[in-house]
Amino acid sequence: MLKNLKTLLIINNRDLNSDFKHIQAAHCENGVTTSLLAHYGIHKITEPLAFGMGSGLFYVQLPFMKVNKGPAISFRTLPGAIFKRTCVALGVPVTRKKYTNRKKAMAELDERLVAGKPTACQVGVYYLTYFPKEYRFHFNAHNIIVVEKNGDNYVISDPVMEGLVTLSSYELERVRFAKGAFAPRGQMYYPGDNLTEAADEQLRNGIIRGIKRNCRDMLHIPGPIAGTDGIAYTGRQIKKWKTKLGDEKARMYLAQLVRMQEEIGTGGGGFRFIYGAFLQQAHQYLPLDELFDISKKFTLSGDKWRDAAIQASGIYKGRLSSQTDYNHMSDMLIEISDLEKTTFKQLNSMIKKVK
Amino acid sequence: MKKDEIPQDNGYLGKIAREVTYAIDEDGNYVTAQSTGWSVKEDANDVAWESFERQINEAKQKVINGEMSPVFYWMEKRMMDVGIVAQYMRIWKWSVKRHMKPSVFKTLSENKIRKYAEVFEISVEEFKNPFNNK
Repeated sequence: MLKNLKTLLIINNRDLNSDFKHIQAAHCENGVTTSLLAHYGIHKITEPLAFGMGSGLFYVQLPFMKVNKGPAISFRTLPGAIFKRTCVALGVPVTRKKYTNRKKAMAELDERLVAGKPTACQVGVYYLTYFPKEYRFHFNAHNIIVVEKNGDNYVISDPVMEGLVTLSSYELERVRFAKGAFAPRGQMYYPGDNLTEAADEQLRNGIIRGIKRNCRDMLHIPGPIAGTDGIAYTGRQIKKWKTKLGDEKARMYLAQLVRMQEEIGTGGGGFRFIYGAFLQQAHQYLPLDELFDISKKFTLSGDKWRDAAIQASGIYKGRLSSQTDYNHMSDMLIEISDLEKTTFKQLNSMIKKVK
Repeated sequence: MKKDEIPQDNGYLGKIAREVTYAIDEDGNYVTAQSTGWSVKEDANDVAWESFERQINEAKQKVINGEMSPVFYWMEKRMMDVGIVAQYMRIWKWSVKRHMKPSVFKTLSENKIRKYAEVFEISVEEFKNPFNNK
């Protein structure tokens, strides 16, 4: 049954009218950026390069906000920022449109598709019919590419999926106009057409700028809730969760932390590995051997995030429940915070010396 | 994470797509490989779902007890909050909160009822009487 579903959902690339190539990625916005740029003529951008040039690594816990009645934690930078920053670094024009009129939003998308121009949309996942039920929460910062229209169906390249999928016009309109936090409001975006391949010099400058901006975001945002400080902030809070919230709610909170950390579209541990890959790939354009050393530290940090997730799962599965277990979880995050602070400082002083 | 340590557990997403994962090979170079899922993550998802189910059941009880109107039940059932319902309904949050009072709910216009049923993707009948025939 499931296998049938899979073949139904996934369309063969050969059946496409356009020469668009679907690229699967670890993170949706990286994937959209990479595929769209490749389609319009820039092939040098890989997922890690887009992530690094777009300064995608981030951490923040918003103290007075709740998401699904749990802590509001984000591991990513603002939606849309990775695409925009990467394009700006390469001198590629970016168009982004929001709509109040649904008909107009669909008509303008259709116009581009008729002209053979694949276009990205920000969508909500709650009504995304090809996703498994278990992943369909009210989360609105997912990114997909609409490749072409056949009758009433749209061919969709969703970077999380292995192949192309389809949505009916009703379904696509519904996800483009999903409501809630970060409501996409029909947003679509695309780079200019017929782009010339990026010069190595542009990549080099984009990489430097991306690293500088990421160091700023992780080290220099004032207050305790963002960047590497934010990780320790969450860590210190976890110590109090058991007594303050009770076992049940504390378990739910920890599960939410892990979901934000490891789930599709976001990713904490996974993001460290992509950043590690970025630093390795950056070496081609910015030949500093220290990049390899720092890359290793991000790998270590990603591993520690995964260990912390395992500790958290011990608690939310009910295997561990003492205050000592919470303290241990807390200490793990504080250790990660320290490690990442040192790593970003090293990265910062390395990149400052570059001219 | 080394390439051979990439978890290959049964994941919900794994049913329809294996996820791209970055990991290092024997020489320490980053490569990509696919993962069918990671139990730690799926368990977190299960906990979230359990908590949703619990909230839905609590909401059901409140509606049966006459403390809350069906708007409250359907909001929880669709995993929404007052803000999301208000946005879909194109009305104020405080109106949604008022509509959750059984006394106010009784006075709702046909039009509003239909709109709610549409937002929650159910028939008008089911919207008004969620626990009949079940």
